[in-house]
Amino acid sequence: MATQRKLAVDAVLVGFGWTGAIMGMELTAAGLKVLALERGEMRDTIPDFSYPRNTDELSLGIRGKLFQNLARETVTVRHSLAETAVPYRQLGSFLPGNSVGGAGVHWNGQHWRPLPDDLRIRSRYEERYGKKYIPADMQLQDWGVSYADLEPHFDQFEKICGTSGKAGNIRGQIQAGGNPFEGARVNDFPLPPLASVNSAILFEKAARDLGYHPFPQAASNASRAYTNPHGAQLGPCNFCGFCERYGCYNYSKASPQTTLLPTLLHRPNFELRTQSQVIRVNMSPDGKRATGVTYIDAQGIEVEQPADLVILCAYQFHNVRLLLLSNIGKKYDPTTGKGVVGRNYAYQLNAGATLFFNKDQPMNPFVGAGSSGTVIDDFDGDNFDHAGLGFVGGASIGCINTGGRPIQQMATPAGTPNWGAGWKRAIKDNYLYTASVGSQGSVMSYRDNYLDLDPTYKDANGLPLLRMTFDWKPNDIAMTQFIGTKIQGIAKAMGPRDFKMSVRKPGDHYDLRVYQSTHNTGGAPMGADPATSAVNPYLQTWDVPNVFVMGASAFPQNFGYNPTGMVGALAYWSANHIRNRYLKSPGALA
Amino acid sequence: MMSDSIARRGFLRRTISIIPVAALAGAAHTQEPPPASPAPSSPSSPSGSAPFSSSASPHPLYSPSFFHPAEWTFLAAAVARLIPADDTGPSAIEAGVPEFIDKQMEGPFGHAATWYTQGPFVESPPEFGYQGKMPPRDVYRAGMAAADSYCKSAFDGKLFAQLDAAKQDQVLKGLESSDIKLEGVSGATFFSFLLQNTKEGYLSDPIHGGNKNAGSWKMIGFPGARADYIDWVGRPGEKYPLPPVTINGPQG
Repeated sequence: MATQRKLAVDAVLVGFGWTGAIMGMELTAAGLKVLALERGEMRDTIPDFSYPRNTDELSLGIRGKLFQNLARETVTVRHSLAETAVPYRQLGSFLPGNSVGGAGVHWNGQHWRPLPDDLRIRSRYEERYGKKYIPADMQLQDWGVSYADLEPHFDQFEKICGTSGKAGNIRGQIQAGGNPFEGARVNDFPLPPLASVNSAILFEKAARDLGYHPFPQAASNASRAYTNPHGAQLGPCNFCGFCERYGCYNYSKASPQTTLLPTLLHRPNFELRTQSQVIRVNMSPDGKRATGVTYIDAQGIEVEQPADLVILCAYQFHNVRLLLLSNIGKKYDPTTGKGVVGRNYAYQLNAGATLFFNKDQPMNPFVGAGSSGTVIDDFDGDNFDHAGLGFVGGASIGCINTGGRPIQQMATPAGTPNWGAGWKRAIKDNYLYTASVGSQGSVMSYRDNYLDLDPTYKDANGLPLLRMTFDWKPNDIAMTQFIGTKIQGIAKAMGPRDFKMSVRKPGDHYDLRVYQSTHNTGGAPMGADPATSAVNPYLQTWDVPNVFVMGASAFPQNFGYNPTGMVGALAYWSANHIRNRYLKSPGALA
Repeated sequence: MMSDSIARRGFLRRTISIIPVAALAGAAHTQEPPPASPAPSSPSSPSGSAPFSSSASPHPLYSPSFFHPAEWTFLAAAVARLIPADDTGPSAIEAGVPEFIDKQMEGPFGHAATWYTQGPFVESPPEFGYQGKMPPRDVYRAGMAAADSYCKSAFDGKLFAQLDAAKQDQVLKGLESSDIKLEGVSGATFFSFLLQNTKEGYLSDPIHGGNKNAGSWKMIGFPGARADYIDWVGRPGEKYPLPPVTINGPQG
């Protein structure tokens, strides 16, 4: 294979979604010459997300036009160390992004900050419930960064996104109508919350009647016209119902394209190369410094790109795989629990109820936005007393109506046949009258849930695929069973004609076929202890100071929220330390 | 992404097969005699009324690109049971589901173009998803042939399309539940693709060849490609009043 060598840059970004765009903005502002390498193609609102083609559910929502092409690269999966992993051959359980904007194009815009105690979860549980409360195989870890450290960056990212919401805690003052459990914020959200859809109005009342504390889901779907600090303009969301799995044709959903790229792509010290798949980080002979990266371009040519600073900004899986392929950091060994790269892979465990209402209560489910709805946080994190419950973690519970797309989102009452006249009758009778309540549950980290390289299966370039060893554990099943009882209580109180529950039970195995969440986390966990973390609190690899790793691969375990608010804030936090400390004196920041 | 050569093959096939499918029914591709007449009307169908209620024949002017005549007959009979003709709303045949599936077979889905298709292929528990080597179009081809063989041995030499509706339902249920085992292909896999694609063809935008006149959307109340409901947020008790539009414009 031919090899080319390009002129050196100051910083190379591997992957160009949210964290690549944030790093691009911050490092070009610091005067660096920055190159972003994106394996996919260029995408922008026009022409890629434009109306009316953006309403093509089959091509986008079902066939997954915007997602990673698994024919080129996927992961393999097994439930336990004793099994042989097989490839994730068709999209199902999770939907990694591809191309410019990454999954930041087709997220829902549900924008959260983690709870302060989520970031010191081991300390919190040990203080409140004692060390014995945490199971021996659960590798619960503090993050090495505090909510107070990150607060300015949560705020910064919300301002970039034009996040619409209602504060629950401003500088320690609890605000009526917001989330009373949230960490103290310096400012309210930049925009007021989205209006409430029919189902969320019922949820709000039911939750309040039950003594819970409902509040509007914070939405990076703009509720009003908005201009962000870079001058990028967002228009008010029109509730088109094509948000998750789709780009936004209306310039309402925050994405790299709508918030950062209009500025970044015009900066003279920034360059973007698409169809450039990075296959490894190149190292100096002594293994102490990265010298750049090697990528394969659209013509299949191997290109060596020298750079002083290498920042991995790809999706969680790819960041971990690149570290493994490049021999950066000690590989995790599940038999000894030692090593860090591949450690603490986690996910989310969700439950839900589908509600069917009478004809006098149409839900008009197509009136939806990615984040339109109401949520409670009463049973998330450690917001409730776990003593006697026997599990760690919790879930946010919400009634969020992302749309009524008829292939994906069709629901029928329990007992309906899968096909035939009875199925047709049921979709006719129920489509307009359907609502849902769902949870987003934490998944903890365990000794034998981890990532490494597959010994058998290869990608289109002949490199080993990432292998995921993962299954549900009793702790998280106990969590979701508990949450299921709360969902059921709320669902009943909403007064449907009928409803059905979906809650995982003990003995259930992780099922790749069904969409669950694209909140894959861990594998390059952050932390203050190099024995249990791959990156330090500034997202810098412990062993190679000029390599940083962004994204949810840094989560030491998963919480009960969408990760993007945290991922964006961490990127700003890391960028701030690179700009103010690393560039002045390149070397280890911790 | 569908390659040019695949697209061209599909085009050629369409060009040379503009003869109505009925005229081809006795032609090659099968050694079996074609069904003498359309499948008998289903006992659960209402008599008379709806124009398509007693027919399991797709649009006579559509010439399938992928499916051979015997397969086309099988497909029409099967989808006519999955979403039958009745007073509730359009049937799969009226919605153009066979045409939709035929087009899908020639596109990226039929070829598994965006699936990981490298071996080894290891039999795995169902929760790991379809792990077979055959792309969907091969599963359809093998599944239809094997299901017809099964029907012939189980029902006095009759093909699936020649069975009455109750027996057809019995066969489909047997495939779905894996109670019926087919030669060379998983009947449950074949059935799952067939059912998935039938619902997709019924409910997707008409640009893909199914959901004729947005009939299913009218039935359920989905406004289709309108995609602007800012005035309809939070209006409890009010049903959205407008009929669907599609990507190519208003429908009926």
